[in-house]
Amino acid sequence: MKKEPFLRMSKRESISLWKEALIYFVAILLALIVCAGVIYALVQMNPIDVYKAIFDGALGSKRRIWITVRDTLTLLCIGVGLAPAFRMRFWNIGAEGQILVGGVAAAALMINLADKIPNVLLILLMLAAAAAAGIVWGLIPAFFKAYWKTNETLFTLMLNYVAMQVVTYCIIFWENPKGSNSVGIINQATRAGWLPEMFGNDYFWNIVIVVLLTVVMYIYLRYSKGGYEVAVVGESERTARYAGINVKKVMLRTMAISGAICGIAGFIAVSGSGHTISTSTANGRGFTAIIVAWLARFNTFAMVLIAFGIIFMEKGAIQIASQYGLNESASDVLLGIILFFILGAEFFVRYKIEPGRHRQQE
Amino acid sequence: MSVIIIFIQKAIVQGMGILFGALGEILTEKSGNLNLGIPGIMYMGGIAGLMGAFFYELGTENPNPAIGMLVSFFCALACSMIGGLIYSILTISLRANQNVTGLALTTFGMGFGNFFGGSISKLAGGVGQISVSTTASAYQAKIPLLSKIPVLGDILFSYGFLTYFAIILSVVLSFFLFRTRSGLNLRAVGENPGTADAAGINVTKYKYLATCIGAGIAGLGGLYFVMEYSGGTWTNNGFGDRGWLAVALVIFAMWRPLNAIWGSILFGALYILYLYIPGLGRAAQEIFKALPYLVTILVLVVTSFRKKKENQPPEGLGIPYFREER
Repeated sequence: MKKEPFLRMSKRESISLWKEALIYFVAILLALIVCAGVIYALVQMNPIDVYKAIFDGALGSKRRIWITVRDTLTLLCIGVGLAPAFRMRFWNIGAEGQILVGGVAAAALMINLADKIPNVLLILLMLAAAAAAGIVWGLIPAFFKAYWKTNETLFTLMLNYVAMQVVTYCIIFWENPKGSNSVGIINQATRAGWLPEMFGNDYFWNIVIVVLLTVVMYIYLRYSKGGYEVAVVGESERTARYAGINVKKVMLRTMAISGAICGIAGFIAVSGSGHTISTSTANGRGFTAIIVAWLARFNTFAMVLIAFGIIFMEKGAIQIASQYGLNESASDVLLGIILFFILGAEFFVRYKIEPGRHRQQE
Repeated sequence: MSVIIIFIQKAIVQGMGILFGALGEILTEKSGNLNLGIPGIMYMGGIAGLMGAFFYELGTENPNPAIGMLVSFFCALACSMIGGLIYSILTISLRANQNVTGLALTTFGMGFGNFFGGSISKLAGGVGQISVSTTASAYQAKIPLLSKIPVLGDILFSYGFLTYFAIILSVVLSFFLFRTRSGLNLRAVGENPGTADAAGINVTKYKYLATCIGAGIAGLGGLYFVMEYSGGTWTNNGFGDRGWLAVALVIFAMWRPLNAIWGSILFGALYILYLYIPGLGRAAQEIFKALPYLVTILVLVVTSFRKKKENQPPEGLGIPYFREER
């Protein structure tokens, strides 16, 4: 008689929504307990106070709430940009670079065309230029992948650092004051090229742009012919070819869309929140957004929640760090722990674990 | 003349940290796991080694360099292997996506390094700047007599033992991968896990071992940087983007440890080239700094043009293997 495994697992056919939610809830709860343990071990702080401090850091005042909203929007925008690429199983790790070149394009117009053309026109041009730069940065690896099957994960990864050097190169020409090696706030006095305040709110246009992109992308992926083609190519290139889909065309088109939205995220970072350009304009968010897009399984509305959750924890951890004189990187450690748990939880959503049944003796 | 000697020396010094990372990643990728957590793991190795040495030196009256060295070496190894273990459990047993898990691990690892690097002195009761010069001196000790030889000694024998360890490791790894039965099995797992499984190879075991040991090797790159390069001090983000450069070097070396040796020195040279070309403006320097990445992209593109079988990435790279989904 063969030994039966203690546990047996099988793929789930389907899972009810509440069960899936429960699994993720338990995972996040476990992650928070571990995080509290880590924090307690480091600073001997009462875990309840820790979470109070996290809440306070993210949503404690009106200003903090808006900063959390602003950063959530930027992260969401990048995630939305990555969704079609991932749907196609095209590993666009290059969002970081696409954001940076988008930001550089926007900043270039902002610096050189300020006060020469009307502000509305300037902002529209910046938006277009940022999207165009993102498209170029996204199309390069897609072109090589489509025609020669060049590994896109590694290609896009390398382009991030090329983009970073492009930024440092440009900074040298734009630095203000001279010799500071940073651009400083662009057009601080005139506010030319800044996304204007609306209804007394600085981030009104950020919200409009990102919400629009989120909704349009949801519809595109779910209900349009183009979105369907993306899904088919992602499932199997051979099937797609058999069905008469031009795989190369779909690949290039999808990466152009992906790059454009990431470029727009760069525009938002420059024109709508930072008003400057530096190598930390993207600040690792291109990488974090990959996790957002993946966990949401290409559902752009689910991304809203996940992006908010991540930014919430990040702001909270920064608060704890400053309260206890610790290093701000604590937020990355906590974020990492939470992500590990969520990634692990995915397994229990997809697979069923049952105790092994002992086979009847024959 | 002396400028050239210094340039070669500096290139080697820059290259060795990257070499460790690349060797670890080669071993990992040969098992079919694309571990993008390597940059984070290198941070973890670096800070763990530093902390090990720090608490040893803090706790003893007259710290002995050799013991400090051993302590930090094993701390670095253990911590980075734990990083590899987290990645293995998530991707191999729990079947999480490799890219996403790797990036999460990099976020975690860099945060881990910068967090402890920035707060260690406070956590230990405010002892000020952390520096483990005693232990670092053991890492920086040059070969006694040979390093005194003019020119040749400067170029070949003026480094700490980790440098020579990296070279030996490359040779051993190359021998293991291409000349032993286990190495063949490992490559089979990376190329086509389904076939390897059918041939009776324990795919899970090979993937776990390769990933964890690979992570351990990569972590030594962080240790090298902290101890030999920085002399036992920590600067936040001081390690910079060298971890990604290590991932790039794997491609550049076409998954061969021996290529990685000269590749790492070339990368190190490209990394610092801008300092040695006279008359470069600041702007031109920035363009030069992009060279290692541009060269890697070029290699990536050219190898995909030529489609030579032996220069390709492992066939199963980045693709998860689940027996029941064959």
